[in-house]
Order: sequence, then structure tokens, then C-alpha cells
Amino acid sequence: MTRASRGSAVVMTLYLLFLLVPIYWLLNMSLKTNAEITGAFSLYPLNPTLANYRTILTDPSWYMGYVNSLIYVVMNTALSLAVALPAAYAFSRYRFLGDKHLFFWLLTNRMAPPAVFALPFFQLYSAVGLFDTHIAVALAHCLFNVPLAVWILEGFMSGVPREIDETAYIDGYSFPRFFVRIFMPLIASGIGVAAFFCFMFSWVELLLSRTLTSVNAKPIAATMTRTVSASGLDWGVLAAAGVLTILPGALVIWFVRNYIAKGFALGRV
Amino acid sequence: MTLELRGVSKEVAGQAWTHPTDLVLAPGSMNVLLGPTLSGKTTLMRLMAGLDQPTAGRILWQGRDVTGQRVQDRGVAMVYQQFINYPSMTVYDNIASPLRLQRVARAEIDRRVRETAAMMRLTPFLDRRPLELSGGQQQRTALARALVKGAGLVLLDEPLANLDYKLREELRAEIPRIFEASGAIFVYATTEPEEALLLGGNTATLWEGRVTQFGPTPQVYRAPQDAVTARVFSDPPMNFKPVVVTGGEAALDDARWPVDVPDGPYTAGFRAAHLTLDQTPRAIPLAARLDATEITGAETYLHLLHGQDRWVGLVPGVRRLAQGPLTVWLDPAHVYLFDQCGRLARAAPYARAA
Repeated sequence: MTRASRGSAVVMTLYLLFLLVPIYWLLNMSLKTNAEITGAFSLYPLNPTLANYRTILTDPSWYMGYVNSLIYVVMNTALSLAVALPAAYAFSRYRFLGDKHLFFWLLTNRMAPPAVFALPFFQLYSAVGLFDTHIAVALAHCLFNVPLAVWILEGFMSGVPREIDETAYIDGYSFPRFFVRIFMPLIASGIGVAAFFCFMFSWVELLLSRTLTSVNAKPIAATMTRTVSASGLDWGVLAAAGVLTILPGALVIWFVRNYIAKGFALGRV
Repeated sequence: MTLELRGVSKEVAGQAWTHPTDLVLAPGSMNVLLGPTLSGKTTLMRLMAGLDQPTAGRILWQGRDVTGQRVQDRGVAMVYQQFINYPSMTVYDNIASPLRLQRVARAEIDRRVRETAAMMRLTPFLDRRPLELSGGQQQRTALARALVKGAGLVLLDEPLANLDYKLREELRAEIPRIFEASGAIFVYATTEPEEALLLGGNTATLWEGRVTQFGPTPQVYRAPQDAVTARVFSDPPMNFKPVVVTGGEAALDDARWPVDVPDGPYTAGFRAAHLTLDQTPRAIPLAARLDATEITGAETYLHLLHGQDRWVGLVPGVRRLAQGPLTVWLDPAHVYLFDQCGRLARAAPYARAA
């Protein structure tokens, strides 16, 4: 090994350690008792315990947070894709009056902070009786996930030559059949990447999901921020909840890791 | 099975892409659309396929008006210049897909797919996906998919343009054979006059969205109706020179030769291969300036200046010539005369004899 490559290996290792420290510390805390966390400083759990995880997985007020989050996240991902697929197809294949402006306007929806929309959504959903339901959060998250999915999918779709569409029609494919049988397999990685981003943004979004729910659809992120009890903070349980919150994202990233770079390029290679 | 275009025209954003066109393609005929890029070959073909709707005019298939009919119901087949297949399906499924949509029986599908694949020499690759094949094999897959369904009208839009020249020659030799076997009307778009001549059949020459002439290929080549057609159907392009006819004789440089047209100004046109460097019987000398030569191996291209006009000559053999004054020879039997409007006034005598 040359001096230069050893040097870069050292830098890389330090960098990775630096990145992983907070995650390690979270894991470390989740395996400790509250007494150990607030007491002595230790780099690893002296008395490893799974009690924190047991609390979360047995107490409905905890695990229902995950269930609620997963429900609205999955609903939102499905909704966003169902809306974005035809929209992206239209943007990629047809020229119509104001198409470029509309495409840009979609994106501008992502430029406003969610706090702007929290109040109107809260009032509207309360008025129509959607408050504290999963669909309410799923719909609210569509506000920023649909534009993103359209943007990603449009890039992938424009990479497919229009002649494939026409050849399919000439062969006798009807539009729906062509779309499902021929077109969707061609942009499968794009759909995967779009689904991943929808999942991720919906999973980490806190403000809207907390504002629009109270009990029945309360997300895990809200549960985690409301655990200051009379006896003080339950550090260990909170850390365990944090670890469990990272898991779904990590799993999804694992599955789409090969397409992610392409997704950031939005298919515009 | 006849395809008829009646006054078909296409306008896009106020611009005429296809001027009103009348065309009748006879049953079982090979028809070549010949023209440079942007001359409207693809536009015309898309109208024939039903992918685009004409702005005006009707399209008749077997005497039935099919204008505005869905492309799915037209029962045509089309092959593009790009190799268009369904990348997620195997070659077998690609070829089978039009038949499956027609709800043909499974055994029948299998028989026809294997038959077509054998004809296109694809049998060893049936289990592969198109992107794992060479360009020539991909295009053969596309051709197989177009042929398998037995469409009455097969449209080929510059199908060989993206292939390297060896594959192009190989596949071009096969196309007449495939055409014979299918019995369908073939429409073949190309930019190369040579390709039109090799394919035979009929040729329609296109220029700026207009069909300038349509007829049997050799006839269009030998007796172009106007200067535009002659230019489109010559590679290298036809050489032109204004001449004046007085007393039944045309004059070019110092030479005169008898012609059977009324007196007046004309444009003489002749093909590159008819210029020679050596004197032949009856040939007239022309004083030109040699600008550059291009040697292709067995032939030499001469880029000449004659007064204000640029000419191209094509002579056999490798000729190394210095830039500067050069006398070239031209047999008046190879000279076409076009009138002031560009219409053919006098075909070259050699072509009339042929």
C-alpha cells in the first residue's frame, strides 16, 4: 500500500466513524438502562438490556405509532405513484398549452415549508371530518410527494423513445395494456426510486402528520416527542424508538441502493 | 389490397409538412420513398400508418376510407430507423406479441414465430433479450415482429440507416426476398438513390414535402420529370449548367450539338459518372478548374468549378491530379435539358434508348 492510498484510507475511516457516531450512540443508549445513561459515561452498555425494546413492542401506545406511520406512508406512496404515473406520462409525451409552466409550478410546491400548509389543512380536514385519520396525512403528504414523483418519473419516461409507444400501438396494444405490460417494466427503476423518495419524505415528515392527528392516527415521530412524563425523560425507550424508526428507511435504501444514484440524476443521465 | 392517398396533406403549426399528395400503391408492390432528410418521408409514412391524422384528404385501404381510424385497428406494420423492440421481453415474446394480441391459438403462434425467426436467422437467439443482440439482429427482430402478423402494409422507415455498412448490405440483400415471401405492400423510405435502385419496384421522389414523381424506379431514374427529381435521384448530385439553344443546337463552352427542342434558354443536367478525363467518341471538351479530389479506393471524385457552377465528377481508378485548369469530357448523349421552370424538356438520348 502506498503512502497516498494509506492516507486516503485513514481519512475515509475517520469520516465514516464521524458519520456513524450518532447512530452508534443511539444504539448504545437503547441497550442501556436509564440509570446507566444518566449515570456513568461508558462507550458500550455495561449491562446490555432489551427491556427498552420490549416496552415499545408490547405497549400499544408505542407500537401503534409505527403502525399508524406505516399505514399513512404506504397509502401516500401508492397515492402519489398512482397520480404521478399518468401525469408524468403526459408531461413527457404531449405538448399542451402551458405544459412547461405547469411542470415548474408543480415543483414550486416543494419550495414552501410545510408549516405554511399546516393551518389550512388542519382547518379543512376538521371541517370535513377527516381530522385524525390516516388518509388525511397521506393526502397532505401528496402535496410535496406528487410533484417529486412526477419530476423523477418524467425524467425516466423521457428516456424511453416515443417510437416504442407507437410500435406497441401498431402491434395492437391498447393504451392501458401498453402502459402496464410494456412501459412500466421499462421504467421500473424509476418507479422504484420515486416510491423510495415518497416513502422517505412521508416517513420523516413530522409537522403535518402531528398537526393533523391526535390519537387514532398518531405517528411514531409524534409519540417520540411527547414522552416527557412526570418522572422525567425515558432515555432508553426513546433511543430504542429511534433505532426502530431508522430501520424501515435503512431497509428500503438497501433494496434500491443500485438505483439511487440514477434517481438523484432524475433519470436525466 | 391497395393503399390510396387522395389529396392528403399535413400541416403542423401553420407549416405545410406534406403538400396535397395523391398516391396509389398497387397490391403486392415495393414502393421506395426517396428524398433527403426533412423532405417529408417519415411524415408521409406516419400518415399511411395512421399514427398522424392528415389535415386534409382521405386515406383508403382496399377502397375503404380509413382516415381517422385508430392505429391499433389499421393492421399495418412499421419498422423504425432506431432498433425498436420491447427490451423487457425475450426475442420470442417480442415476435409473438402482435399475435398474442390478435388472440391467435398458442400452437399457431409458436409455429409462425419459429417460421419468421428462421427466415430472419434469429432462431439461436429466441431466448435472449433484444439488448443482448447486435444492432443487425435487433433490427431483424423488429422486422420479424413486423412481418409475423401478416399485415397488408409494411412500412420501413430507413430501417438500415443505423447499421454499419456490412450489415446494411447483408440485410438489404434480404429485403427483396422477405418482400417476395410476404405478398404485402412494402413502403421503404431511404435517403440513398443507390438503395432505391437496388430495391427496384416503384419510387416516389420527395422534395420539401412534395412527391415530385412516382413511377417504376428505373423510369424515374432515367427520365426524371424535372430538375428537382433528377437532383434527388442522383448521388453525387446532378451537375447543372445553363445553356442556350439556337438554331436547333445547344452550346456549351465552344462545343455545339443538335437537340430537338425549341430555341431558348435551358438548364443542362448530367450525372457525375458521365464526366470523363479521357476523350471518347462524340464527347465534347469542357474547360473546368479542379478544386479537390477524393480517392475512395477504386474511384476518384473530382470537385470541379466551371465558371460559377460547382460540379462533381466520378471517374474510375485512382487519379492523382494537380489543382488547377483541367479539361473534362462529356458525351452530349448523357445530357438532360430542363426548361426555365425546371421541367424536363429533353431526356438524355442514352436513357431514351434504354
